[in-house]
Amino acid sequence: FFVQTHSLQDLQQPAVSSKVFIQRDYSSGTICKFQTKFPSELESRLDKQQFEETIQTLNNLYAEAEKLGGKSYLEGCLACLTAYTIFLCMETHYEKVLKKIARYIKDQNEKIYAPRGLLLTDPIERGLRVVEITIFEDRSIGSGR
Amino acid sequence: MKNCEYQQIDPQALPTPTPTPPPHHGNDSDKKEEPKRPRRKWEVFPGKNRFYCEGRIIVARQSGVLPLTLGLILVTSGLFFIFDCPFLVKHLTSCIPVIGGVLFVFVVITLLQTSFTDPGILPRATPDEAADIEKQIDNTGNTSYRPPPRTKEVLINQQVVKLKYCFTCKMFRPPRTSHCSLCDNCVERFDHHCPWVGNCVGKRNYRFFYTFIVSLSFLTAFIFGCVTTHLALRAQGGKGLVFALQESPGSAVELVICFFSVWSILGLSGFHTYLVASNLTTNEDIKGSWSGKSGEDVTNPYSHKNIFINCCSVLCGPMPPSLIDRRGFLPTDDSAQTGGTDIEVPTLATKSEINVCTQGTKGLLESATLPPLLSTSCPQGKPQTAHTCPDSSPAVNSDPSPELSMGCGARHAASSQGDASPSRHTKACSKKSKRAALHIPNTAFDIPVSPTSPDAASFAPLH
Repeated sequence: FFVQTHSLQDLQQPAVSSKVFIQRDYSSGTICKFQTKFPSELESRLDKQQFEETIQTLNNLYAEAEKLGGKSYLEGCLACLTAYTIFLCMETHYEKVLKKIARYIKDQNEKIYAPRGLLLTDPIERGLRVVEITIFEDRSIGSGR
Repeated sequence: MKNCEYQQIDPQALPTPTPTPPPHHGNDSDKKEEPKRPRRKWEVFPGKNRFYCEGRIIVARQSGVLPLTLGLILVTSGLFFIFDCPFLVKHLTSCIPVIGGVLFVFVVITLLQTSFTDPGILPRATPDEAADIEKQIDNTGNTSYRPPPRTKEVLINQQVVKLKYCFTCKMFRPPRTSHCSLCDNCVERFDHHCPWVGNCVGKRNYRFFYTFIVSLSFLTAFIFGCVTTHLALRAQGGKGLVFALQESPGSAVELVICFFSVWSILGLSGFHTYLVASNLTTNEDIKGSWSGKSGEDVTNPYSHKNIFINCCSVLCGPMPPSLIDRRGFLPTDDSAQTGGTDIEVPTLATKSEINVCTQGTKGLLESATLPPLLSTSCPQGKPQTAHTCPDSSPAVNSDPSPELSMGCGARHAASSQGDASPSRHTKACSKKSKRAALHIPNTAFDIPVSPTSPDAASFAPLH
C-alpha cells in the first residue's frame, strides 16, 4: 500500500456519518433564535444540558446583536444623519457580536464538541437558518473519548 | 446512516494508483487540479442578480428604470441650480442652493444605497439541509413531480403564522420573507420589488429606501416651491407668466416634472410612513395579512404596539449583516455532483410565490409592469449558470441548477487551492485546511468553521 493510504487508514480522516440541523424558533417573531430541543441523534454523544447551554448562549448572543435599545438607536440615528455612509466605514454593533459568536463557537468546538466527534457550524455560514452539527463516525482508533 | 454511494471515499480508502494522492478526493471527476484563481461566491450566486466591483455592489438583473430615476433627479436638480438659483440668490437668500444641495446629495446617496445594497437575500439551502427538510416532510419519490405546496404553522406572539416552503430555495421561508421572482431570491422582510431603484426593498435596505423617498419628497417640493417663486417674481410687474417662462425655459421643464412627481412621491412617502408606524410591509398590507379579512381576530404579531417604537425599530434598529457573503471565497470543488441530484428539481422555473408587489392602488409609481429598461450586457458575473463551476460533472452542468453550482462550489472543498473557508470571519488559506483534513487527528477540528469543512465535505454523503 501507499504510505499515504496506510497512514490515512490509520488516522482515518473521520467520516461524516450524518448531520443534524437545529432549526430556527420563530415563536418570538423574526429575531434570530434557535430551537433548544435536543435532537435524538446526539443522544449517544452529548449531554442534553450541554447542548441546551450552547444553544441558549447562542440565542442570547443573537438577542444582544439585535437588541433595540439606546445604543442601537443612537447608531441608527447617527447613520441616518450621515445618509448611512458611516456603514461604509464603521463596523456595526451586529457585526461585532457576530465575531463574538464565531469565537464562542470555535471555543465550544475545541472544548466540547470536537472531543466527542461533533462539529458545530456557525449559523452565519448557513444564512442564519440552521445550526448545523456534523456527526463524525467514531471509528478512530485511539482518539476522542 | 446513509453512505456516499459515489466514489468519494474510495480514493482515500483504496490505494488508487495515483502517485500523488490528490489532496482532494474527486480525482475521478474529470478535471485536473491545477491551481485556479479562487473564485468568490458572487460569481456563482444562483439568483438573478448582477455584481459589480468584485461583488461589493449588487443589483437586480433588470435594472428597471433606475437610470431614468437617476436621470430625472440629476436633470431636474441641474436645471434648478443653473436656472433658478442665481435669480433666487440675488432676490431672496443664498440659503436656497445650500438647502437644495444638501437635499440633492441625500437623495442621490440614499438612492444608490437602496439600489446597490443586498436587500436581505437569504442564501439557498445547502443540499444537506434540503435533504433533511425533505426527510422531515416525509415525502418519497419526489424526483419526478412537484409535491403539493408545503406549509408549516408557527405561533408568533399568540398569532398563527403559516410558513411556506420555497421550492427554489429549498427551505421553509422565515416569517415575512418572500420570494421575488424578478430577482429569483428569497428576501427577508420583503417589502416590494421597486423598478425605480432597480432592486428589491427588504430588511436591509428599507431604511435607505424610506430615507430616499422622504428626502425626494422634500427635494421635489422644495424645487417646486422655488421654481414657482422664481417665476412669480419674474412675472411681477405685469410682465406675465409667458415672459417669465421665456426668460427661464429650464424652469418650465422643472415645473412640469415636479408637478407630476410631487403628488405621487408625497403619496408614497405618506404610505410608507404609515407602514413604518405600524411595522407592516407593503407585501403584507396588500395581501391583507393582518387586517382581519378572513374574519378571524388577527393582529400584526410583529408590531410593538407603539408607534414610536415601531418607527425606531424599523428605521434605527441594528443593521443586519448580509447573509450571502458575496466576497467570500469558494472552495474549489471538483466532483460536485450527485450531492444534489435527488433533491434537484429539474426545472428551476417553478416558483410558487408572489414576489413583485404592485402597489398599484397606493403607490402610484411602483409598477412591476414597467418594461425593464434595457439590459445591457452585464460586465461581470452572470452568476446564474453552472458553467462557472467548471469542475462539476458535465451531466449536471447542462441545466443551470443553481443549488448545484452553489452546492458544488460550496461543498467539496477538496482541492488544494480553493479557500476552504468562505466564512467571512476566517479567510484562511485552503492549503492548510487541506492538509489538516488529511492528517487530522480526531480532535484537531480547528479547521476554520465553514460550510464546507474539507474533511466533512470530502465525505459528504447525501442524506
